[in-house]
Amino acid sequence: MQLSTTILLIIALAPLAGCLLAGFLGKQIGRAGAHSVTILGLLISCALSFYVLYQITAGGAPSYNQDIYTWFEIGRLHVSVGFMVDRLTAMMMVVVTFVSLLVHVYTIGYMADDPGYQRFFSYISLFTFAMLMLVMSNNFMQLFFGWEGVGLVSYLLIGFWYKRPTAIFANLKAFLVNRVGDFGFLLGIAAVLYFLGTLDYATAFAGAPSLIGKSLALTANTHWDAATVICVLLFIGAMGKSAQVPLHVWLPDSMEGPTPISALIHAATMVTAGIFMVARMSPFFELSEGALSFVMIIGATGALFTGLIGIVQNDIKRVVAYSTLSQLGYMTVALGVSAYAGAVFHLMTHAFFKALLFLGAGSVIIAMHHEQDMRYMGGLRKYMPITWITMWIGSLALVAIPFTSGFYSKDAIIEAVGESHRWGSGYAYVCVLAGAFVTALYTFRQMYLTFHGKERFVVVGHGHGHDTHAIHHEVHDHGAHDAHGDDHHAHTDDPHHGHKPGELEHAPHESPWVVTLPLILLAIPSLLVGFFTIGPMLFGNWFGQAIHVEEANNVLGELGREFHGAAAMGLHGLLSWPFALVALAFVITTYIYLFNPAMAGRIKSALKPLWTVLDRKYWVDDVYFAVFARGGVKLGRLFWKAGDAAVIDGVLVNGSAGLVQRIAAGVRRLQSGYLYHYAFAMILGLILLLGGFWVFGSGQIGQ
Amino acid sequence: MPNLNDIMIMLPEFYLVAAACLLLLLDAWMKPEQRNILHWVSILVLVVGIYLVVAGQPQVTVTAFGGMFVRDATAEILKVFILLCTALIFVFSRPYMQDRKLFQGEFYTLMIFATIGAMLLVSAGNLVMVYLGLELMTLCSYGLVALNRDSQLSSEAAIKYFVLGALSSGMLLYGMSMVYGATGTLALVQLHGAVAQAGMSNLMVFGLIFMIVGISFKLGVAPFHMWIPDVYQGAPTSVTIFVGSTSKLAAFGMAYRLLESGMGGMAHQWQMMLAVLAVVSLAIGNLVAIVQTNLKRLLAYSTISHMGYLLLGLVNAGPEGYASAMFYAISYALMSTAAFGVILALARAGFECEEIDDFKGLNQRSPWMAFLMMLAMFSLAGVPPMFGFFAKLLVLQAAIHAGMMWLALVGAVFAIIGLYYYLRVVKVMYFDKPAEGLEIRPQADGFLRTMLSLNALVLLALGLYWGPLLGWCRAAFAG
Repeated sequence: MQLSTTILLIIALAPLAGCLLAGFLGKQIGRAGAHSVTILGLLISCALSFYVLYQITAGGAPSYNQDIYTWFEIGRLHVSVGFMVDRLTAMMMVVVTFVSLLVHVYTIGYMADDPGYQRFFSYISLFTFAMLMLVMSNNFMQLFFGWEGVGLVSYLLIGFWYKRPTAIFANLKAFLVNRVGDFGFLLGIAAVLYFLGTLDYATAFAGAPSLIGKSLALTANTHWDAATVICVLLFIGAMGKSAQVPLHVWLPDSMEGPTPISALIHAATMVTAGIFMVARMSPFFELSEGALSFVMIIGATGALFTGLIGIVQNDIKRVVAYSTLSQLGYMTVALGVSAYAGAVFHLMTHAFFKALLFLGAGSVIIAMHHEQDMRYMGGLRKYMPITWITMWIGSLALVAIPFTSGFYSKDAIIEAVGESHRWGSGYAYVCVLAGAFVTALYTFRQMYLTFHGKERFVVVGHGHGHDTHAIHHEVHDHGAHDAHGDDHHAHTDDPHHGHKPGELEHAPHESPWVVTLPLILLAIPSLLVGFFTIGPMLFGNWFGQAIHVEEANNVLGELGREFHGAAAMGLHGLLSWPFALVALAFVITTYIYLFNPAMAGRIKSALKPLWTVLDRKYWVDDVYFAVFARGGVKLGRLFWKAGDAAVIDGVLVNGSAGLVQRIAAGVRRLQSGYLYHYAFAMILGLILLLGGFWVFGSGQIGQ
Repeated sequence: MPNLNDIMIMLPEFYLVAAACLLLLLDAWMKPEQRNILHWVSILVLVVGIYLVVAGQPQVTVTAFGGMFVRDATAEILKVFILLCTALIFVFSRPYMQDRKLFQGEFYTLMIFATIGAMLLVSAGNLVMVYLGLELMTLCSYGLVALNRDSQLSSEAAIKYFVLGALSSGMLLYGMSMVYGATGTLALVQLHGAVAQAGMSNLMVFGLIFMIVGISFKLGVAPFHMWIPDVYQGAPTSVTIFVGSTSKLAAFGMAYRLLESGMGGMAHQWQMMLAVLAVVSLAIGNLVAIVQTNLKRLLAYSTISHMGYLLLGLVNAGPEGYASAMFYAISYALMSTAAFGVILALARAGFECEEIDDFKGLNQRSPWMAFLMMLAMFSLAGVPPMFGFFAKLLVLQAAIHAGMMWLALVGAVFAIIGLYYYLRVVKVMYFDKPAEGLEIRPQADGFLRTMLSLNALVLLALGLYWGPLLGWCRAAFAG
């Protein structure tokens, strides 16, 4: 059974169609129309993705690799649109479309009052299209198109509430940081073209072994190994997109965007594009031990140190954001030890449980009327039981409690790092192990602060007593949606709706079904998918040719010899180090946040210096701001004064512009409007042609 | 004696002549308020014309009337686009002409006769046919430019166009007579043979130079461009658009017929002349456009520079060069209908909407029109992935393959300079505040808006999917 081109095209184009309809005809089709068409597009795309996965796994369909349309060819540069669908792609397609579909549904509830409703749906569908183009690509150009496409939508959505100055700042920051990464990425692609002469994946991978021994001579004495250059440059691109240290600073700020896109773009799919790309490029990375060490160390650093910051955050979304950074670090470590399958496996389970956590956080935020500070929450579990239970499921998966999905993927990574003998793997092992403890600390802290303990908010109506509250609620829910929408927008600078922090208009309540349904649907794979898929995906060579690992580097193969089924692994996990650390963290946080809340403050003041370091996020932002932003401005001013104003403006621009202007003005004077001047110009032209021929050309005559 | 076969080969032209005569009669018996019928019938006539051209397409090159008329793939493709552009002009022009009380039958019949002239010109197989086709087209154009006879600008432009056009026709005829004197033939095929056989004499070269002057005038290549800015600005916009699109396609056809079909053996001589003319055009067109404040005048200088690029393709003097030049001519014609189409759609009674300042803040008043204009400007400037980008790329490539790297470099440099004035229009539309008290409402004609949108979007679509069109252009010159 062969994969059909038509089906693949429909998968990619259905979200685009939804995007165009909702974007250009948003006013005509209205709110319901906008969410219907986009969700329909996603539904088609998702169902067909599952079908493709089924075909390629159970149906025995061979991998698909075909150019569909050639855009242009110039010399060696052959630019085309095509699809390469193997098991890696098929899995990514399912993850992307499934999470995206649920986020679409969730958005109906989350953005119900927002004036930019249609625009939002159009953007997230566009995102899905770009992401699918990225994962389904069979060449570097299309990969780059998808890469920039998802980036573009990400910026648009971070700045979705464009009247908030913080959102605009975050937007700009994400854009600038990603420029750094994309610059490396583009150079990487150029290096591939330079060394291998092709941008097509299959050809490039087949030619990868020819890179051995080649080098890039920068100067007479510096020779860089070709494979290392390519891999490091490509990985710099991944560092930007997948928010790896030190290009991670944009991701926490991206939380300024609406929560559904934090779940979809900044947790489940787009930020994992870098991980996917490195896994896809495994034939290159396997050639360079140095590049893999670099990848591993960057990842390990991120896994531990960004997690630590999560402990001191008070914003519910920021905790999840730092957790995402840390988990992306885990995936990167796995790439660095050549456990590409492990990275992609963690990518998949993470997509489910992290989307769940974000959407759950969003549900809490709705209930708290866009209050995100956990210090004003507490005791929410009795108001919103579904959110509470599903978020606990997500949290258990995140901290890797045995038998949850997160356990299988994360434990495998930790084990794989332990097996590795690559340079720096000792450091990486310590980081990922300590990271497990840190993950548990911030996760349990977040759950306790949000759902357990005393309520730290008070409910105050608009001059209503508590007893009229229910009525107010009714009116608000049904009659006043439009008014609320305006209200919401007008107050976007101030998320508290004019109230003091911790004061709510009416009591929190469980979110509508469009919000809770996606939570439930995400909770199921968060719990179960790992148990059922670890065997084939990690140890059963499920990815086949899609991922290439040199025999000497095959740490997963080593692990596979000790693997005796998912159940046994789970039981064994109960006795392992990571689980002991998680249990310790559980005890500590439970004691502090449930039984002795005052202690948190005492610890904070006792460890003031450490707390400050974390609270300032290791001053990375400050340094960037001082050095790059302010330094950039200074340097710019210097160049402007010395270079621009004097040389460029004075001589080149004003000089050449002046010259151009003078020429233009001169020629314009020729355009006098007098007919005889015009005729004269023509005659002159004729004479010049004749004369030119007389001088230069007459020699040829009569030969 | 003409036989039926000759007539069948020329069927589209015969049909259009008949249709134009009928339209003339129709107009004479029609009440002014029924003139809308004339409008739709004219469009229908052109669409049927396209059908006849496509449906009657011969398998191989055929000639009629003893070689006077040639019907080959080159002529077929050019005719399709000539008819298409004229049809688009009719669609875009109606509200404009109505607002100015110019909505007369003459407009339609003169346009159709000019179109017939253009079709004969691109199909010419004889120097006499070249001249006749050219005169039919230009004589109609003179009348069209002067259509708004109460406007001083319009009349002035027409007089200048007429006098200079007569001058250039004279030079063309003089050149032809010298060539005839040297070879004793007027048929292009025999001329080609004679040139190849007898080699060249000074007389031939002189004839060639005079013919190049005639071609350059039609294309609007500097220094034979002086009429272009005045005519573009002075003529009613609905006529400017004709001069900028349909007649440029015809002028390319004429250049190809004379230079390749007739004087192909002297390519070595005319290549260098065209290269020099191209550089002068690029320089004058792009530099002077920068200081323009009137959009129609800006587009006039832009035409001059675009014709410089078209020459870059012709300079190659091989199949690749002709294909790229034809591709360029088609792309330019479609870009120019889109750009002038937006001007037409925004103009009202008493308001021409032709100053660049009139476009200030257009995005806030009519975002869709601003978007369409942006597409047209990007395409004219050659921003990837627009149609215009690939057209430029192909002619530059052709110049390089002809061994004229320096010429391609000059072209690339002027493309960057040209970017400035196109982007200025975009900047004005998107970033400037609208002028006070100026109200801009695009014409409400739904069909116009749809076709204009399609026209502009095609510039994007053909940038993404240009394979087939280029394939046709290449196939036309492959044989």
